[in-house]
Amino acid sequence: MPTRIFGEPIKRAEDPRLLTGRGRYTDDIDLPGQLHVAFLRSPLAHARIRSIDVSAARDMPGVVAVWTYADIGPCQRRMPLLIPHPDLTHPYTRYALAKDEVNHVGEPVAMVIAESRYLAEDAVEAIVVEWEELPPVVDIERAVQPDAPLVHEELGTNVAAHYVGIVGDPEGAFSRAAHVFRERLIIERSAGMPIETRAIVAVWNDVEGVLEVWDTTQAPIVIRNALAALFGLAPTQVRVVAPDVGGGFGCKIMVYPEEVLVPYAALALRRPIKWTEDRLEHFVGTNHERLQIHDAEIAVDAEGRILGIRDRFLHDAGAYTPYGIIVPIITACQLPGPYKVPNYHVEFRAVYSNTVPVSPYRGAGRPHAAFVMERLLDRVADELGLDRAEVRRRNFIQPHEFPYDVGLIFQDGAPTRYDSGNYPGMLDLLLQQMDYDRLVREELPRLRAEGRCVGVGIACYVEGTGIGPYEGATVRVEPTGQVYVATGMPQQGQAHKTVLAQIVAEELQVPVESVQVFEGDTAHFQFGSGTYASRSAVVCGSAVALAARKVREQGLQLAAEELEVAVEDLVVEDGRVYVRGAPERGFTWAQLAQLANPLRYAYAGDLVVRPRPWTGPTLPPGKQPTLEATEYYSPPHATWASGAVGLLVEVDIETGQLFFRKLWVVHDCGKMINPMVVEGQVHGGIAQGIGGAFYEKLYYDENGQLLNASFMDFLIPTAMEIPRMEVAHQETPSPLNPLGVKGVGEAGAIPMPAVVAAAVEDALRPFGVRITRMPLDPDQLWRMTHPESP
Amino acid sequence: MTAVGTEHRVIRVVVNGVPYEREVEARLLLSDFLRHELGLTGTHVGCEHGVCGACTVLFDGEPVRSCLLLAVQADGHVIETVEGLAPSEAELHPLQRAFWEKHGLQCGYCTSGMLMVLKAFLAEHPNPTEEEIREAISGNLCRCTGYQNIVEAALYAAQLMRQS
Repeated sequence: MPTRIFGEPIKRAEDPRLLTGRGRYTDDIDLPGQLHVAFLRSPLAHARIRSIDVSAARDMPGVVAVWTYADIGPCQRRMPLLIPHPDLTHPYTRYALAKDEVNHVGEPVAMVIAESRYLAEDAVEAIVVEWEELPPVVDIERAVQPDAPLVHEELGTNVAAHYVGIVGDPEGAFSRAAHVFRERLIIERSAGMPIETRAIVAVWNDVEGVLEVWDTTQAPIVIRNALAALFGLAPTQVRVVAPDVGGGFGCKIMVYPEEVLVPYAALALRRPIKWTEDRLEHFVGTNHERLQIHDAEIAVDAEGRILGIRDRFLHDAGAYTPYGIIVPIITACQLPGPYKVPNYHVEFRAVYSNTVPVSPYRGAGRPHAAFVMERLLDRVADELGLDRAEVRRRNFIQPHEFPYDVGLIFQDGAPTRYDSGNYPGMLDLLLQQMDYDRLVREELPRLRAEGRCVGVGIACYVEGTGIGPYEGATVRVEPTGQVYVATGMPQQGQAHKTVLAQIVAEELQVPVESVQVFEGDTAHFQFGSGTYASRSAVVCGSAVALAARKVREQGLQLAAEELEVAVEDLVVEDGRVYVRGAPERGFTWAQLAQLANPLRYAYAGDLVVRPRPWTGPTLPPGKQPTLEATEYYSPPHATWASGAVGLLVEVDIETGQLFFRKLWVVHDCGKMINPMVVEGQVHGGIAQGIGGAFYEKLYYDENGQLLNASFMDFLIPTAMEIPRMEVAHQETPSPLNPLGVKGVGEAGAIPMPAVVAAAVEDALRPFGVRITRMPLDPDQLWRMTHPESP
Repeated sequence: MTAVGTEHRVIRVVVNGVPYEREVEARLLLSDFLRHELGLTGTHVGCEHGVCGACTVLFDGEPVRSCLLLAVQADGHVIETVEGLAPSEAELHPLQRAFWEKHGLQCGYCTSGMLMVLKAFLAEHPNPTEEEIREAISGNLCRCTGYQNIVEAALYAAQLMRQS
């Protein structure tokens, strides 16, 4: 019997290094002769630069160079627009160092290169800038008014993009509806906040003639290609490595100014250069996400079936749009969720503000979408006197209705087409897990009778995962017995080295420990885009599976020739290929790799390669001297994962504090490669979602100053706040890819604002409040429960 | 003129059982000293303002934030970092084994701090409850795991350590 490796909760290959302090994160790399960079960043949200005086800074001890825009050679070009879109009619990107204007607090203005980080930071203090302050634009509702000051004067508008998507006949649906309900729903600004900030080390390797860069990026190939193009080098003259990366959550995929400036300094000064962001810089220098203001309405029939939805929203783009309008596009496309919405009008404006630019953060527009949809359904249930679960059940897309077209074009340019799912089954499983009927009929009334302010909520969601364009992988059996796997996708904790090895080990029936995965290093693999959009397992995993299957075929073919049997008579088991029923007639994979590569081996030992009679070239035409394949996988469109969560909360009326008493999750990401890793991803997403529902909000004042740019003030939940999570899995395989898998990375974060709102609203029914804004906080809850107080 | 902070001091410190004598700048953070002077990069720096706990090391056996201490304050003291946790190259500490077994880490960045805090905590609380563990690690932020498997790992490590 073949050994099952795919689908098993195998311990991670990554861990022994990381647990013993032998991980290698970017800031851990110190090169001989290394110089250090510190940036002067704008203290103002919107200003013109009248002059910059760097002379005092240049004279300080240990300072090697102080650069402004005038000094940065090829980096004087505008930063790239990474993802254009036809509706992004007014794109705007920055200069790597501000040229004549700054548009948010934290924008890089000047760059000091010195013998130590301490000295570089000292010198930053000595740079003198004369500013001409301009009116800051912070409130996006104000920003779209005709007389509003402009973030970018030359654009003539603060609206970067205006998108309209229409499915069916929304106007007709609303005119014949039994009920129409409207909500104004707001989800505030937040950010990914990985515990490792960004960092870059770059060196011109004069021996090899290669620019070597270690970068905390989620997309090393993108960075490599950008640097090669910018500096006029061949791609092979630039090597970018994402070594161990301490969390990403979206904000580490970008081409940031520092990512071109630090390598440029290495080229210009011919010294190794390091920059490590501090936490304050991270708050104002690394992209944010989340703020959207929705005016949504739902039309239903008398039984609560959805006839149509209309949603108009403003999306805060921040000061620039380097990542296009991916986030609001995802919101627009995913808003219908797992429900049938036959008529749908969605419209957004992406609005510039003098704040940190916005790009995807775990969830990437989906928490917003789920918040709007689930709030609307809760409203329908409450107004029609229906159970909130029942309303969902009445509107689910049914298992036989796949593939299901939402009717809009998704973020990847492909149709928003759900490939598979079982939403009613998912909700049933959740309700069963919650013991929902007993909870609602007995437990809640009992607790309430004790005077406790408790409430329960449920929320469902879908997630388009595993988008293109493609990823690739090389799989090779070494004559020494290891299996080499290389891909372009780096990880930030998602266990690629383990799960990709499991895929290969399953195909070749070799021990998972013998499979060595190399990732995130352009010297190993140079085609692909990166780790984002919950796509690694789907797109990269599929490429790895295809390559491993090709290698398996190669091994079978070779064994068949050597053993003079038909391929059909061979089996692959226990790390060997042998004749069915005659296990002694066969080869290990190492032996097959040796047979494929007929060399004289040093330290040959018991090699199977023996001198043979001459029959022609040792390596005949069409043969390769290795069991090796490189394959690419390009999905036709996204594959759609789904999930449902249930939550029991308690509100302390006296303090406004919120307690998460119980949390249940059902998740469906198709076939699971490693359920332990899947569960870990779900846990982490949920925790971030809880952060976004009650703790984490970035507060800008009217001057565009970020008021809580520290971990003292921006509250990431600790182990005391995050409850125990009960996770159940449903497996609805994807028909789109060779593994039947769907993505899971962002899953948990998506439904949390929606479910927290639902549960808190349920708890506060005696006060008759509606929850329409996320995140909540103790102050808001206290005010809701003390309406008479000022 | 001597620039601010460029004054130097000689310090003697024992790290993971190894005595070091180094001349350091008076303003050098202990975290930077460990990482960039001694090359012990297993101690990570997440916020440099004493909140995230990633840089936690043991200072005479007590967990401290190495980003809030100066290297000169460690003069004459004994420091333990994650590199000194495993009893040998071939063997893991029960906490490390438990974190591996229970999937108590993802990106690994907060892990060193978690391990060091828990080492000190379990020494005083060999049979902790889940709540006690959650409180013990509440000064350490993790952005990947949602803490659940860290708590599981700590409970399991306590069990392993009681058995041995």
